[in-house]
Amino acid sequence: MARAIVNVPARAKRGEIVEVKTLAQHPMETGFRRTQTGELIPRDIIRRFTCTYNGTEVYRVDLHPAMSANPLIAFSTIATETGTIAFQWAGDNGYSVTETASIRVE
Amino acid sequence: MTTRREFLALAATSLALSEAARAQLDPNLAANRKAAFQEALRRIVGDTQVRRGRVKLQLPPLIDNGNSVPLSVAVESAMTEADHVRAIHVLTEKNPLPDVASVRLGPRAGRATLSTRVRLADTQSVTAIAQMSDGSFWSDSAEVVVTLSACLEEGLI
Repeated sequence: MARAIVNVPARAKRGEIVEVKTLAQHPMETGFRRTQTGELIPRDIIRRFTCTYNGTEVYRVDLHPAMSANPLIAFSTIATETGTIAFQWAGDNGYSVTETASIRVE
Repeated sequence: MTTRREFLALAATSLALSEAARAQLDPNLAANRKAAFQEALRRIVGDTQVRRGRVKLQLPPLIDNGNSVPLSVAVESAMTEADHVRAIHVLTEKNPLPDVASVRLGPRAGRATLSTRVRLADTQSVTAIAQMSDGSFWSDSAEVVVTLSACLEEGLI
């Protein structure tokens, strides 16, 4: 089951700024909604998204309940060297998903 | 299938529940939300003055469904080791919690941008704040009209 989708260009020129798009599958339950009988539905969200490029952290987001379900995060990074870009989503109830993409820099 | 009798019973309980919920509502809700926003702002910037400019916050002016509002932030910066954007924060005025997202980034990001989708509980103003490497803060705000609120329970208020 694909729980996260990432879109990174397969190849880039050295020093080029590349667009990175990520989408994680998650309901992002806010903790403010109630069931029909009035009980609060407990909060269940992704708390942190981290992007590392060959081990160096380049982008990190702290998420709050105001992020939509299936959070989309798009940003950019500099293509410095050939290698892997790793993504990690961590959240409530032990939610943890990692995804990697390889990039070739010419 | 729900019979008419069951339906009526359910309707009666849910009406009673919403009455109970209304009775528990805080009469100072608007003031509290404003205080929460100021508190969140102070937590981010401290006593530093926030200046307008350099940040561009893009949101549609009118949105049908507050559950998924496209939002993008772009900050003008050279993004070099000496001069870059250290953090981007997005805050709302009338959501139950003012924080939306906090981004940490550095010169390796190339451009200081964030594109995402957020939830908005009400017609309100959204603020993006950028912290530069020299410690200064810059901001931009956008007004959004929301016709269908995210978290409808809050929409009762």
